[in-house]
Amino acid sequence: MITTQNLTKRFGRVEAVREVSLDVREGDRYGLLGPNGSGKTTLVRMLLGLVYATSGSISVLGEPIPGRARHVLPEIGALIEQPAAYPHLSGRANLRLLDAAGPHSARRTRRRRVDDALEEVGLAAIDGRPVRAYSLGMRQRLGLAAALVRRPRLLVLDEPTNGLDPRGIRDMRDLLLRLNAEGVTIFLSSHLLPEVSALCTRVGVLDSGRLVLQDQLADLQKPTGRVLVSCDEPERAVALLDGLVERRDGADLVVRSADPAELNARLVAADVPVRALAQERRALEEIVLAVTGAGADQFGARAPAAATPADPSPVADPAPVADPSSVADPAPVADPGDAP
Amino acid sequence: MIAVELAKLVRRPRTWMSIATICALPLVVAIFIAVTHLEPPPGQGSAFLSAVLNEGQLYPAAALALVLPVFLPVAVAFIAGDSIAGEASAGTLRYLLARPVGRTKLLIAKLVSITAFTTLSVVAVTVTSYATGVLILGPSRAAAVGVAPGGISSSIGPGAGGAPTAGLQSGAAITSLSGAPLTFLELIERVLGAMAFISVSMLGVAAIALFLSTITDSALGAALGALAALIASEVLVTLNAASAVQPYLPTRYWLAWIDFFRQPIFWRDIQHGFAIQAVYVVVFLAAAWANFATKDVTT
Repeated sequence: MITTQNLTKRFGRVEAVREVSLDVREGDRYGLLGPNGSGKTTLVRMLLGLVYATSGSISVLGEPIPGRARHVLPEIGALIEQPAAYPHLSGRANLRLLDAAGPHSARRTRRRRVDDALEEVGLAAIDGRPVRAYSLGMRQRLGLAAALVRRPRLLVLDEPTNGLDPRGIRDMRDLLLRLNAEGVTIFLSSHLLPEVSALCTRVGVLDSGRLVLQDQLADLQKPTGRVLVSCDEPERAVALLDGLVERRDGADLVVRSADPAELNARLVAADVPVRALAQERRALEEIVLAVTGAGADQFGARAPAAATPADPSPVADPAPVADPSSVADPAPVADPGDAP
Repeated sequence: MIAVELAKLVRRPRTWMSIATICALPLVVAIFIAVTHLEPPPGQGSAFLSAVLNEGQLYPAAALALVLPVFLPVAVAFIAGDSIAGEASAGTLRYLLARPVGRTKLLIAKLVSITAFTTLSVVAVTVTSYATGVLILGPSRAAAVGVAPGGISSSIGPGAGGAPTAGLQSGAAITSLSGAPLTFLELIERVLGAMAFISVSMLGVAAIALFLSTITDSALGAALGALAALIASEVLVTLNAASAVQPYLPTRYWLAWIDFFRQPIFWRDIQHGFAIQAVYVVVFLAAAWANFATKDVTT
């Protein structure tokens, strides 16, 4: 759906995007991550033909951008940074006006498509008040509705959950999942890791303009070969699993084991009451922080937080443990709720 | 896209407030004249003003002369300066371009919309001032005055230099500036001609402001830049030392619309006026295009 080859953008002396080769496939829910100023927005703008690349090539829906942008963009719905609308007009009037601009817009179906889009984003019953009077969340919903009016095959969303409350974020996620199930490919950029890990199937990570990581989320979050165990009588468990326990924090243990079922059977057989047991997976936060440096909004920052171990109470050898936070995080898929 | 831009123009409260302001000035002037019965002496003040006490139907011409030098160009400069820069700073520009709206198309649609605004303003001034003239200054009293319009065209055109020739005509006939009578139909034709000429006269300012609007993201900056160019032009037009560049200044032929009220119409300056505006539009639209078509839209 989207491929770029060695895409580079220089603004004066600043290289905002360097040699990026994106690969977004049909049906993906792709999350582009990266600290502030890492080049996400510039990259998104290049995909939409708003910013021209210094070098490299872009192909979207199989057509070169910006060369064939006229033919490709009508099939793309976009939300670029904040939503924008004419403040003195109603949301509905804004959508109709925006839809009337540009090619390939069927006037006959406009009214219905606009109403459908408003319904999709939860603004079906919106009155005629001007956008000026909208709350931040309503504007964000309206912006998403604007992206949906043309029933796009590809959604390009830059920070789509900005300004939404928890319910709004949940609604947005459900909507995107449903659209994706209907065949819409979704490409979103965000620095909200929980959002991305809850929604995306594939992630790319930008750091200082470079794509430092691009993979399926499931592959990145493969089990680490350790199991998180929470049990009563942890001393007995430590004694039983002699040498396999890497760390202990109160009743929570980190155990080296590739087979959680077997581990569970051993503990139960020894009458250790197991409260919780789960394979350890790397949190997305950890994956991202491991490959990115300080954001461009920091100057003279310390080393990335992931490299600073703050280990509570090492039981055995703390060295191989890369992740201090996973001890307190026994969820099967590492809970993304610990992201900033 | 042109339809979309026109819809945006019409639905914007600012459009109607500007037009109301522009129309208000002639109304205020008319009230003062009607109350005091003190018209500017012939040859002084704004063109046609001295005639309107006798001939209310001439007031549209006087009103156009009132709004032409400042009100109309200021309004046009602000609307044109806002056209791209305003959309850029509001963030709507990126959504339009991602629609996609071609950048060239957008520029042309903007210029058409600005021209529509100018024409609308001129029509509104004409209609309201005709009503004002008839209602406040009184209907035709069968008297009309040939006026030397403010000394501006005194050196040009046959019959303009003479002293004002007051002449009572029979019926409702109105005299041209040259003293020959105009029928009502002729008057309408000439008012329409003057309206068209004034609308076109604003194109130069509009094109300059539009060009500046593609350079900056500040609508105010673009408008003020265009106004600065305009004021410079108006200063140079009256400066003898600048006579070498005067034929090329955007405001040089602004007052040539007065020539529509001569008998016969004095076409030379009118044609020059149209030509110079065309040149400004071509040059600055091309510059705007060259800048905008390759610009990174980062707002």
